[in-house]
Amino acid sequence: MNVILNILKVTLEEGFMYAVMAIGLYITYSILDFPDLSVDGTMPLGAITTALLIIHGVNPWIALVLSFLFGAIAGMVTGVLHVKMHIRPLLCGILVYTALLSINLVLLFTFNNNMSIASFFRMDTIFNTGLARLIPEDIGGYSLRIVIIAFIVALCCKFALDLYLKTKSGMLLRATGNNEKYVVMLSKSPGASKITGLAIGNGFAALAGSVIAQSKGTADQQMGVGMVVLGLASVIVGLSVFSKVTKMKDTTKVILGSVLYKAVLSVALGLGLPTEYLKLLMAVLFVVALVLSHGKEDRGDRYDVKA
Amino acid sequence: MMLKLEGINKAFNKDTVDETVLFRDFDFSVEKGEFISVVGSNGSGKTTMLNLICGSDTADSGKIIFEDHDITALSEHKRASFIGRVFQNPTVGTCSGLTILENMALADNKNRLFGLSFAVNRKREDHYRELLEQCDMGLENRLNVKVGSLSGGQRQALALVIANMTKIKLLILDEHTAALDPKSSEIMMKLTDRIVKGNDITTIMVTHNLRYAVEYGNRLIMMHEGEIIKDLKDEKKKQVDVDDLLDEFYSISIENGNGV
Repeated sequence: MNVILNILKVTLEEGFMYAVMAIGLYITYSILDFPDLSVDGTMPLGAITTALLIIHGVNPWIALVLSFLFGAIAGMVTGVLHVKMHIRPLLCGILVYTALLSINLVLLFTFNNNMSIASFFRMDTIFNTGLARLIPEDIGGYSLRIVIIAFIVALCCKFALDLYLKTKSGMLLRATGNNEKYVVMLSKSPGASKITGLAIGNGFAALAGSVIAQSKGTADQQMGVGMVVLGLASVIVGLSVFSKVTKMKDTTKVILGSVLYKAVLSVALGLGLPTEYLKLLMAVLFVVALVLSHGKEDRGDRYDVKA
Repeated sequence: MMLKLEGINKAFNKDTVDETVLFRDFDFSVEKGEFISVVGSNGSGKTTMLNLICGSDTADSGKIIFEDHDITALSEHKRASFIGRVFQNPTVGTCSGLTILENMALADNKNRLFGLSFAVNRKREDHYRELLEQCDMGLENRLNVKVGSLSGGQRQALALVIANMTKIKLLILDEHTAALDPKSSEIMMKLTDRIVKGNDITTIMVTHNLRYAVEYGNRLIMMHEGEIIKDLKDEKKKQVDVDDLLDEFYSISIENGNGV
C-alpha cells in the first residue's frame, strides 16, 4: 500500500511540474503549429539560472520569474531565426538548442566554480519558504509540500494562459496558428505573433525547469534530454484522451495528460522496467499517443504566408 | 486617381528556360468610387494584378501608387490597413478554429493595438448581429459557433462582412463566388452589391461569371495575356451584354489555337 501511495505521490509531483512545460509546448505545437525543439535547451536554462540565482542569494520566487524571462528570450531567438531569417522551424529549434548547450555550460562554469552541476540542497526554494511554510511538513506521514506547491504553480500557469488567450494579443496568436492570411488581413504581421508565442512557450519551459530544479536541489544540462518528447507526448495524450470532453479547457487536458503520461512511466518502472529503457518507453508511448490522436484534433485551415 | 499601376513588368520563372513574361510595361488606374469587374481567360494576369495591388506578390519593376503615396515597397499586412480582400477559397477569409464572435472581435480591432485587454466586448454583440443580418443567413443567431462548422457560402458571406468591418478604401474580390453553388453565388453577389453601395467602397472584382461582370459594377475590363484589351466605363458598360463578351472570348481562344 505504501509503495502504491508513494508512486502516486511521485507521479503527481512530477506530473504537475512537467505539466508547466507541456503548457509551453501546447502554445508552440498546438496553437502555433510550430514544432519547437529549443525546449530541450530552454528547460535546463531555466533550471540552471534558477540554481545559480539561488546559490547567489536571490529569493527563489524571484528566481522563478527570472527563469521565465530567460526562457522567453531564448524563445524569441528561435522565433527571429524563423521569421526574420526564414530558417525552417525544426532547424531553428535545433540551432537554439545547440547554442544553449554551450551557454548553459558557460553559465555553470562562470558562476559555479567550474562545476558542470549546480547543487543547492537545503537552501531556500519555493518548496520551503513563503507560501510553502503554511503547509504542514508532514501530512499523515507524507511530505506533501512538493505536490501541493507544484499543483498550485501548474494551476497558476494554466489560468494565466487561459486569460492571455482571451486577450487581443492572445486571440491574435490563436488566429496566427489557425490562418496566417487572416492575420495579414487584420493588418498585423503573423511573424511578430509567432515570436511572441515562441517566447511565451519557452518561458513556460524554463519556468518548469526552475520548479523541477528547486524540487531536486540540483541543476545541470542533462535535465533537458528528451524534454520535447515528454512535453509533446503530454499535450497529445491529454488532448486525445479527453477530446470528447467539450467543456474542459485544453490547458486542463494538457495538465491531466502530463499526469497520465507520468503515471504510465511510473507504473512501468514500478513493475520493474530497467531505467535504461525509460527513454525508449517514452518514445514508444509518444508514437502510440500520436497514432491514436489522428483525426481527433481540429487543426483548422492553415495558410502559410511569407513572414 | 485612387490607384495607379505604372510600367509594371512581371515575369515568372525568371532566368530559366520556362521564363514567361506576363506584364510588359503594364499600366492600370482606378478612380475613386469605381466598381470594376475584371474578366479574362486563365493566365491573363487577373489574379497576379490583384496580388500586386495587395502586396502578396512583387513586380520586377514598376510603381504602385495609392492616393499619391508610393506603396510599391509596402508590405502586404501594412497595405491591408486600407485594402480589404475576399478570396476564392471561402476558408481563407476567416479563422475556422475561432467562433464567429471571436473572428468579428478581432476584425473589429483592426488597425488598433492588439494588447492585453479582452478581445471580446459583449457590448459590441448587437452591432455584430446587425452586420450579420444583412447576410440573411441566420448567422446573427450563431455568434458562438465555430466558423469551421459553417458552409462555404456562409463563410464567404462572413468573410465579406468582416473585410468591411473597419473602414477600407479599396475592396478586392478575387473570384469570390467561384467556389460556391449557383444559389449561394447569387446571394453572395446581392450582398456584395449592397455592401459596396452602402459603404461607397471602390471595388475591383475578378470573376469568371460574365453575367455578374455585366450586371454589376460601373466599369468592365477584359484582360488577355497581361494586357487590358477592353475597358468599358459607365454608359458604354451598360450597353454591353454577355453575348458580346462571349464572342470576344471565343475570338481570343481561336487566336491562341485553343479551338472551341
